[in-house]
Amino acid sequence: MMQIPCPFCGPRNESEFFYGGPVRPSRPDPAAVNDEDWTAWLTQVPNPLGPVQEHWWHARGCGTWLTIWRDTRTHDVVEAPDDAG
Amino acid sequence: MTQVDRLATGGRIDRSQTLNFTFNGKGYTGFEGDTLASALLANGVRLTARSFKYHRPRGIVGAGVEEPSTLVELMGANASGNCPATTVRLSEGLVAKSVNCWPSLAFDIGALNQLASRFIPAGFYYKTFKWPNWHVYEGPIRKAAGLAAAPSEPPAKGHFESRFGHCDVLVAGAGPAGLMAALTAARAGLRVMIADEGTEAGGSLLSRKLTIGGAPALDWVAQTVAELAALPNVTHLQNATVWGYREHNYLMVTERAPTNPSLLERTWRVRAGHVITATGAIERGLVFGNNDRPGVMLASAVQTYVKRYGVAPGKRAVIFTNNSSAYAVAADLVAAGVKVVAIVDSRETVPEDARAQVPGIEVMAGKVVTEARGARHLRGVAVTAKTGGAARILSCDLLAVSGGWNPTVHLWSQSRSSLRYDAALATFLPDIPAQAISAAGAATGDLTLNDALRSGAEAAAHVAGCDTPDIPEAPDLPYAVDPLWRVETSTGKAFLDLQNDVTVDDVHLALREGYSNVEHVKRYTTGGMGIDQGKTGNLNIIGTVALAQGIGMDQVGTTTFRAPYTPVSFGAIGGLREDTVALPYRHTPITEWNLAQGAVMYESGARWRRPGYFPRAGEGLQEATNRECRAVRERVGVYDGSPLGTVELKGRDVGRFLDYLYTNVMSSLKPGRGRYGLMLSDDGLIMDDGVCFRLDAHRWIISTSTGHADAINGHLEEMLQTRFPDWNVFITPVTSQWNNATICGPKAREVMAALGTDIDLAPEAFPFMSVRDGVVAGLPARVVRVSFTGELSFEVNVAPRHMRALWAKVMEAGQPFGILPVGSEASHVLRVEKGFLSLGHEVDGTVDAHDLGMGWVMSKKKADHLGKRAVQIRRDGTGPRRELVGVIPEPDCQIPEGAPLTPGGGREETEGFVTACVWSVVQDRWVGLALLENGHARHGDTAHVRLKGGEVIPVRVTPPCHYDPDGAKLRS
Repeated sequence: MMQIPCPFCGPRNESEFFYGGPVRPSRPDPAAVNDEDWTAWLTQVPNPLGPVQEHWWHARGCGTWLTIWRDTRTHDVVEAPDDAG
Repeated sequence: MTQVDRLATGGRIDRSQTLNFTFNGKGYTGFEGDTLASALLANGVRLTARSFKYHRPRGIVGAGVEEPSTLVELMGANASGNCPATTVRLSEGLVAKSVNCWPSLAFDIGALNQLASRFIPAGFYYKTFKWPNWHVYEGPIRKAAGLAAAPSEPPAKGHFESRFGHCDVLVAGAGPAGLMAALTAARAGLRVMIADEGTEAGGSLLSRKLTIGGAPALDWVAQTVAELAALPNVTHLQNATVWGYREHNYLMVTERAPTNPSLLERTWRVRAGHVITATGAIERGLVFGNNDRPGVMLASAVQTYVKRYGVAPGKRAVIFTNNSSAYAVAADLVAAGVKVVAIVDSRETVPEDARAQVPGIEVMAGKVVTEARGARHLRGVAVTAKTGGAARILSCDLLAVSGGWNPTVHLWSQSRSSLRYDAALATFLPDIPAQAISAAGAATGDLTLNDALRSGAEAAAHVAGCDTPDIPEAPDLPYAVDPLWRVETSTGKAFLDLQNDVTVDDVHLALREGYSNVEHVKRYTTGGMGIDQGKTGNLNIIGTVALAQGIGMDQVGTTTFRAPYTPVSFGAIGGLREDTVALPYRHTPITEWNLAQGAVMYESGARWRRPGYFPRAGEGLQEATNRECRAVRERVGVYDGSPLGTVELKGRDVGRFLDYLYTNVMSSLKPGRGRYGLMLSDDGLIMDDGVCFRLDAHRWIISTSTGHADAINGHLEEMLQTRFPDWNVFITPVTSQWNNATICGPKAREVMAALGTDIDLAPEAFPFMSVRDGVVAGLPARVVRVSFTGELSFEVNVAPRHMRALWAKVMEAGQPFGILPVGSEASHVLRVEKGFLSLGHEVDGTVDAHDLGMGWVMSKKKADHLGKRAVQIRRDGTGPRRELVGVIPEPDCQIPEGAPLTPGGGREETEGFVTACVWSVVQDRWVGLALLENGHARHGDTAHVRLKGGEVIPVRVTPPCHYDPDGAKLRS
């Protein structure tokens, strides 16, 4: 089980989190893109071998949606979210 | 027979406590401190098992978790299958039997497989049982080849437990290296957890005669254990196997005999700052003809039986080795009075320090055992020069073999840390750590006692950042080995993996057939699979592959070591999360009242246990449901709508946030008013439907379907936090903060008036789709005019502490009007009559709002909302769509939910399906809803349901609403 750094709660067990999927580019203005670009944004999810930026939701904790960089080969959290201080 | 092979003295057993046990139906005795294996050997039992595939006779081979042959099934209260006899602690009344033999161990019909063995090599099953398909053969083969059956009952007494553990250092193994590491770390003030799979600490020292600091080594063990026990920063577990190593230094440890007598097993999930694997080493067997005969044992196991259990596993012993460690075994056998006939050593040159251990015993250097003789028991061995030649037969009943030592790298490898091949030790050693882990003692190749103590201390000192303490003097025989992966001149079946019956020929066959990668060899031959997990045979398989391919061991590499290291019971993994505790039901405050009324309760989404219907004497489901429906349609009914999800949103930006989430405009709502809405995901699929009410300028409540309450809350938080983090919105799930009694039916207003309220109930003052806060029946309440039944409805929400009082008052006030409680069955009928949606019935992930006849809910004013673009793209596509319609079966009959609609009732294709079909009290017949291709244009037509057996039921297509299509009643 991974240990995920929550900016509010510190390192917590993965079982407290829901996986939110890889971070995608920000949602394009639907009025300003063509169908192909829209469909590509909607359906194509980053799936690299190596570090990937992804969302996790601390659902069974403080409720924060946070972002980490995780290496898909090792599960190493290579970049944690900024500490909420 | 009474323990004929028990030595007169010695062993760490309590001879004052005799234990009775039964093995394969026969009674024996042993002593406290015995394992089942040591007690069987003490009783002279040598034939203890049949092998997995060929059903060959097998005996006890090892003394610990490495035992590959004698797996037993434990019977009785603590039934368990496939336990190595060497790890079963003897207890009074223990009943065990061999697995994998029928009808009995001595006469095993499956042994006929031996005669056919040349026809069933590796891959035989894959090649043979494939026509017409494997399933034809699967049953009988599984019966013949499988191991023990799973217990049919959970343990009669006690329970499993799991807990978390946290420590700075987790030490796996309490042998010399592990104890030294734990002691060093503990003295430095670190939080230490040390776990060992044995019944007592000491590891290999329990089986050997060594000294530490000039005193018996076990004195040092006792002192160290006592010091650890006195330290508050140490948790020391025995009978506790560290069996899984996961990411981020998360390890699984299962205690098989916790001190609490009500506990069967306890599993620790440990997050360790650092892990030191002091897991020791496991001896390899040697590979020669019939090396599986009962009486062929690992040398270290022989030593353990003699020294630790006071048992002589034979009377005339031959030692076969390729390394020096077996010489100490020979010395211990001589000291115990066992005749050692000779030591057969494959090395041409035997080190003097080894020879010095066994003065007067013949050492046959440069020789190998080519064949073990005897059928059910070893009678002798054939010895030749390594290069072949004439055999000399040595008569013996025990052959102690040592093929060298494999550091136990299972945990190390599970952590993804790498291994390297060490030619001097002829084995794989820990190399580069992938997590915060180090190895110590024999587990890292330090195979003598002094080295083990030193490496344990060094590993811990490195973690603690302190100086390495002084190591007491601990003399040991230096280890030297010359690899012998197999005896190439052997005759007869030569087994590499005893547990899975994998022979040298099987590996050669796999290589010939192109399975050249060691992982493929493993899968084709099954070598190293099962509970063995490569403990005894793996390196010899790798060596056999290397020899056959003419490449180095490092080029072959190892297969992947996987958790669990030793078998773990399912109960230990589940812990207390069993039965009703695993996934508890949720109840509203009136569950007792419902049960007192005789309600039939079951789950209706999200683990809420709700009343399905309230049968009276003699009534079944249908009669009770009809009666409840009639009450709502003709008079008044009340149901508990508490499980419906409720979320409160506060803040300046809630309006535009809701406009983004819902397909229609919510921001234009006036305080006190509400609207029905659909939530889509951005791919245009319907996520949920519900109502949204504005309480005041900045406060709103929304409802979600019961099953989606948590998911929608997560969706709201995700959208807010990831897309609009600067918007002023606060989201609070309040499903459990409100309970409600929903009063519905033509007399609902009269019941509300009878309850007494300060809210003006007149239709113009309190219209449909509005909300009022006030007092109802003396209780602070929020009343919502919303209807899921199609009737005039008042949803009276109160705090949960008032729910029971409210419910009692509603039943009392409604009594003159003939009020009835309504269960989920009647609710379902009422919503189907109205053509209202139910997610999971009419909404299945393919339909959109237009298909459901709800195009009005898709705002044309808003430039954007979740799902808008995707719905447009989808509707721009070609092809017919399935649209929601009502269906009237003709003739009148019930249609099963999900039944397909097919063109003309044919069998070739479908054009939709029936989503619901209920007995309608207002129509006095069966009515249904369906999704039908181009359904909106087919009202009045006839469509056809085709049932599984080919029966075709014509249905008339209608609009979805079967009752009060103008909605006059619900607005009244």
